[in-house]
Amino acid sequence: MALSRTAHIVTAYGEELDQLADDLARMGGLVETQLEKAIAAVVRRDASVKPDIKAREAQVNALQVDVEKRVLRLFALRQPLATDLRMTISALKIATDLERVGDLAKNIAYRAGDLAGYAPVSLTQQVERLGAIVIKQLREVLDALSSADVEPAVRVWHSDDEVDERYNTLVREMLLSMTEDSGLVGPGVHILFVAKNLERIGDHATNIAEAVHFMVTASPLVEDGKS
Amino acid sequence: MTDAIHNPADELPIKVAARDVTVSYSGKQALHNVSIDIPDRSVTAFIGPSGCGKSTFLRCLNRMNDTIEGAKVGGSLTIDGQEINDKSIDPVVLRASVGMVFQKPNPFPKSIYDNVAYGPRIHGLALSRPELDEIVENALHKAGLWAEVSDRLAHPGTSLSGGQQQRLVIARAIAVNPEVILMDEPCSALDPIATARIEELIDELRENYCIIIVTHSMQQAARVSQQTAFFHMGNLVEYGPTEDIFTNPRDTRTQDYITGRFG
Ligand SMILES: Nc1ncnc2c1ncn2[C@@H]1O[C@H](COP(=O)(O)OP(=O)(O)O)[C@@H](O)[C@H]1O
Ligand SMILES: [Mg+2]
Repeated sequence: MALSRTAHIVTAYGEELDQLADDLARMGGLVETQLEKAIAAVVRRDASVKPDIKAREAQVNALQVDVEKRVLRLFALRQPLATDLRMTISALKIATDLERVGDLAKNIAYRAGDLAGYAPVSLTQQVERLGAIVIKQLREVLDALSSADVEPAVRVWHSDDEVDERYNTLVREMLLSMTEDSGLVGPGVHILFVAKNLERIGDHATNIAEAVHFMVTASPLVEDGKS
Repeated sequence: MTDAIHNPADELPIKVAARDVTVSYSGKQALHNVSIDIPDRSVTAFIGPSGCGKSTFLRCLNRMNDTIEGAKVGGSLTIDGQEINDKSIDPVVLRASVGMVFQKPNPFPKSIYDNVAYGPRIHGLALSRPELDEIVENALHKAGLWAEVSDRLAHPGTSLSGGQQQRLVIARAIAVNPEVILMDEPCSALDPIATARIEELIDELRENYCIIIVTHSMQQAARVSQQTAFFHMGNLVEYGPTEDIFTNPRDTRTQDYITGRFG
């Protein structure tokens, strides 16, 4: 049974659930921007984004604390059931994943500063492509969340293999490049970290996809994408 | 609604089986073709909005509707495969094996001892006073009341607290060796501690009895029952393992009711 759109008899209860969903949507929006800016900064080798990224991360952290408080309150005071129960428990998990994504995006942005100290290298194109896929995953899973739609969630879940593959290829190619030209080791190490962080973000998007699937269908997302 | 009758506890034998049970009061239908299999040695909760027919269905199980003027009961109801509406069944005997506990504790205006001894006496379950003493003590033990009343068995039942009175009523039901215990909102007049005691008692009793409880508290249904049946406007809408009903109800009406939405 999908999420109910019918209004609660106790208006304040319905509002509390709405606020929880709003918090998640805001977290998602912030984290998405965070990631876009971080990847763009890496590509441009631009150290100037640091303060902006830092400020945004503080907002994300504050929202996560807010989500935890709301969930605690809902359990203590409303004892949510059925779709409300699944929504509340999923919100807690999703907020944790989003906070981690924000953190990883921040790490990526900080690497942009490190890369600024080196001459431009063609290797950044590789992370740019990986980054584009991961951003798309994050965007899709956030859409799935806001529309309580399992289909995009399942798609994201399946596309994680592609991210892993691309990441592994990237690592192989970089090792080769660095072996051939030791001058690339400096920037290469930073780019490897960026790639690793992107791959981790892909994992979090997968977790969120699973949470959305459970929230909507009450069953875990398993191998064939159906319950 | 085809799965409504299915016994959700596969490993437990079916105790009560209803098929197309209908009830009308003076021609006004209160229950529509209820079919359900209720397992033994577990707790089944009936939930649903006021007036949906929960009490009406409970009353079918011990033929209490017989005593209501204008009430007409149709369909088949068996306990251990025996049709209880059969002419050969004596309702008084039936009511001993299908005990009932009501919302408001209703001890007889008698001593604690006599409240419990009343049933065994009229059903001739004890041949001697020591035997009756043993039955009374046993029933009070099972109802978790013995320690609190053993030194004042001669006191009136009405001198006990609400929660104790409810446990006394349960002891009274247990004393006549019931097979099924029906409870109609047994805790709605009790405070949380007394409620917790009754819930703990229900959990202990389910080892030996088929218990059916009507409750308005979702949390209580969730806490004490293994199966939950949702009634709506005289229909059995959904029936399944309690965990499933409260995490993933199939029917929108169930969903709206348990989450507190406009139905
Ligand atoms: N003794 C009675 N006489 C006439 N109508 C009754 C009687 N008992 C119940 N009803 C009607 O049957 C319907 C179901 O009532 P009931 O079984 O008491 O519901 P619930 O226990 O779920 O609140 C209601 O419409 C109620 O008015
Ligand atoms: Mg009732």
